[in-house]
Amino acid sequence: MAVSSAAVQPRPSILSRSLSLLADSRNALGFGFMLPAAALLLVFLTYPLGLGIWLGFTDARIGRPGIFIGIENYQYLSEDAVFWLSVFNTLLYTISASILKFALGLWLALILNQNLPFKSFFRAIVLLPWVVPTVLSAIAFWWIYDSQFSILSWALIEMGLIDHRINFLGDPVNARASVIAANIWRGIPFVAITLLAGLQTIPQSLYEAATLDGASRWQLFRFVTLPLLTPIIAITMTFSVLFTFTDFQLIYVLTRGGPVNATHLMATLSFQRGISGGQLGEGAAIAVAMIPFLLAAILFSYFGLQRRKWQQGGGD
Amino acid sequence: MKFTRRDVIRTTAGVAAGALGSRFVGSSAFAQEGLTYKPEDGAKLRMLRWSPFVQGDEDQWLANTKRFTEATGVEVRVDKESWEDIRPKAAVAANVGSGPDLMLVWFDDPHQYPDKLHDVSELGEYLGSKYGGWHDGPKQYATREGKFLGLPLATIGNAIVYRESWVKEAGFSEFPKDTAGFLELCKALQAKGHPAGFTHGHGVGDGNNYAHWLLWSHGGQMVDESGKVTINSPETLKAIEYAQELYKTFIPGTESWLDVNNNRAFLAGELGVIANGISVYNTAKTNKDNDPKLAEIAKDMRTTSLPIGPVGKSVELFQVTTAVIFDYTPYPNAAKAYLQFMFEEQQMAEWITSSAGYCCQTLKAFENNPVWTADPNNAAYAKASATLRPNGYAGPLGYASAATMADYVLVDMFAKAVTGQATAQEAMEEAEKRANRYYRV
Repeated sequence: MAVSSAAVQPRPSILSRSLSLLADSRNALGFGFMLPAAALLLVFLTYPLGLGIWLGFTDARIGRPGIFIGIENYQYLSEDAVFWLSVFNTLLYTISASILKFALGLWLALILNQNLPFKSFFRAIVLLPWVVPTVLSAIAFWWIYDSQFSILSWALIEMGLIDHRINFLGDPVNARASVIAANIWRGIPFVAITLLAGLQTIPQSLYEAATLDGASRWQLFRFVTLPLLTPIIAITMTFSVLFTFTDFQLIYVLTRGGPVNATHLMATLSFQRGISGGQLGEGAAIAVAMIPFLLAAILFSYFGLQRRKWQQGGGD
Repeated sequence: MKFTRRDVIRTTAGVAAGALGSRFVGSSAFAQEGLTYKPEDGAKLRMLRWSPFVQGDEDQWLANTKRFTEATGVEVRVDKESWEDIRPKAAVAANVGSGPDLMLVWFDDPHQYPDKLHDVSELGEYLGSKYGGWHDGPKQYATREGKFLGLPLATIGNAIVYRESWVKEAGFSEFPKDTAGFLELCKALQAKGHPAGFTHGHGVGDGNNYAHWLLWSHGGQMVDESGKVTINSPETLKAIEYAQELYKTFIPGTESWLDVNNNRAFLAGELGVIANGISVYNTAKTNKDNDPKLAEIAKDMRTTSLPIGPVGKSVELFQVTTAVIFDYTPYPNAAKAYLQFMFEEQQMAEWITSSAGYCCQTLKAFENNPVWTADPNNAAYAKASATLRPNGYAGPLGYASAATMADYVLVDMFAKAVTGQATAQEAMEEAEKRANRYYRV
């Protein structure tokens, strides 16, 4: 006796039918796949950020939840000379270090993009400052900048170029320059290696065509390399600016914000006030005050990426 | 988990001996009516302490802890962090309600989160009455409204450390006792190429010790008894002017110094005078066999109290460490039993001895510990607990005093004036403004 196939197959349950429908729905499936990532972002990013913003509007202290006080923390900060000094320091630190990291990083990337002997070895070596934990490199710089035992001072004195030790971290101007130099040393590899990756995506045929058209080396760089590298530059420098703006370890190890707050960044001041000083609300407010600057950097990158005309070698 | 006083079993010393192990209770002091805490079943403790500056301190602490575990069966894990990292760790633990059961915290920490700490008044009173009472300074850091928020464990003394031969070479047969003589000595030392060096940078310990000595020795104070900011005063002005004169005699770069710079420069033979804990002397003494230069320096090193200023008496900050139990611990009785054990005579006496002068007793009965006479250089640190003046003098300890210190208000005031970034008057006014932000409530 013939038995129809339908008769032997069990009727699908409502659950399995729903799952089947979901699996067939492009939108539902996409939403499902995004859920784990969304949960992670919510727990580890949105919640802390939201909590930080909330704390900035409270008078929370260590061990005390605090109450809503509106913008009082920000009002106090607006009258606080140390806070404004930290804003100035942060901007100076970020802008100076980022420009120099970009210039030196691009230069290094262009060199490493040439056919050098031991190319792989050099590329690996260049990454070292980035690989070494910041605290370790900061301690090394601490010795280099020591007011009594600096190897730089010693070498310059031995060479007869100076007659007394350089006060690297004691003089406000020297201290700022010193911490910026340490940050540049540490940040160059990231810029160089990322731009090197970008350089290697530029087809050789474009250079060959431009060379046949009689382009000079500068013109090759200006009209071929730079426009095609712009998207990578935008991304790299956005990250570099964000890392620099939020730097903490280097300052904390080298100067603790001294001398007389001359190297205090917003991040270090936020920690000093919020954790060491116990004023969570004010510490959070300082951290929140960093957000507009960070957003500006991100938006700059975003709009930079959208500028196709610029990327294609045109003007604004 | 709540514990009532019924959890606490009062017994005689004999019972205490039974509970803790009679081999540790041989002294007459302990053979009095005692107090015993019965650890909770299955109790395990985690304690966070500061990294030692003198190895003997840690070794003895761990040895005492081991004895406690052997006597009670309660395991105690002792973790350590750099002393400057203790404050943020404790702050986070208090705020999130999770972390080590016990911690050795610094300065006004217990006053920042008193509600998060387990009340140890009973133990504090017991130890105080048994061992001759607590010294006032450390007790103030550990008590609030009559309650013990923790047990004052030790004061880390700070004293002048100098090279005797160089002081003599500068024309001083003995170290000056007053600030005027001290200034003259520093000038003479500088002329001989052996300058002094005191921290004007953000060194939590050395920077604050020096700044507070400058201020207090001249009669200045951050606030009055009611917490009103009084830093802008003729006394402070005098202190700043004195600091400006003294700074001219220093080795260059002291405004960038953190806590270790002075030790390092002194042990390298660069400095004639610094102020420091006894750790710098111990470093020289411990390593003298491997380094002839250090042996020479150790032989020439002397210590003495910081000079007395116009106020006419010794007034110094020092660093006080307090042992606290967090309220979130599931094992408060075990934690109290542990602290009690560590504070009882045998353990405490051995610990103070092994700390080689670095940790000064907070209980008066331990003042005669042989460590203070074992080496003449230890004597300058023997009275640290008795003479210290708490942070934020003459106001109350609490959030404002802690925040003012954490923000380096006083350290920056002196640093700004001595380096010429501001006049004495401007530096004082700025410090007043900054301090007012914290004392505003």
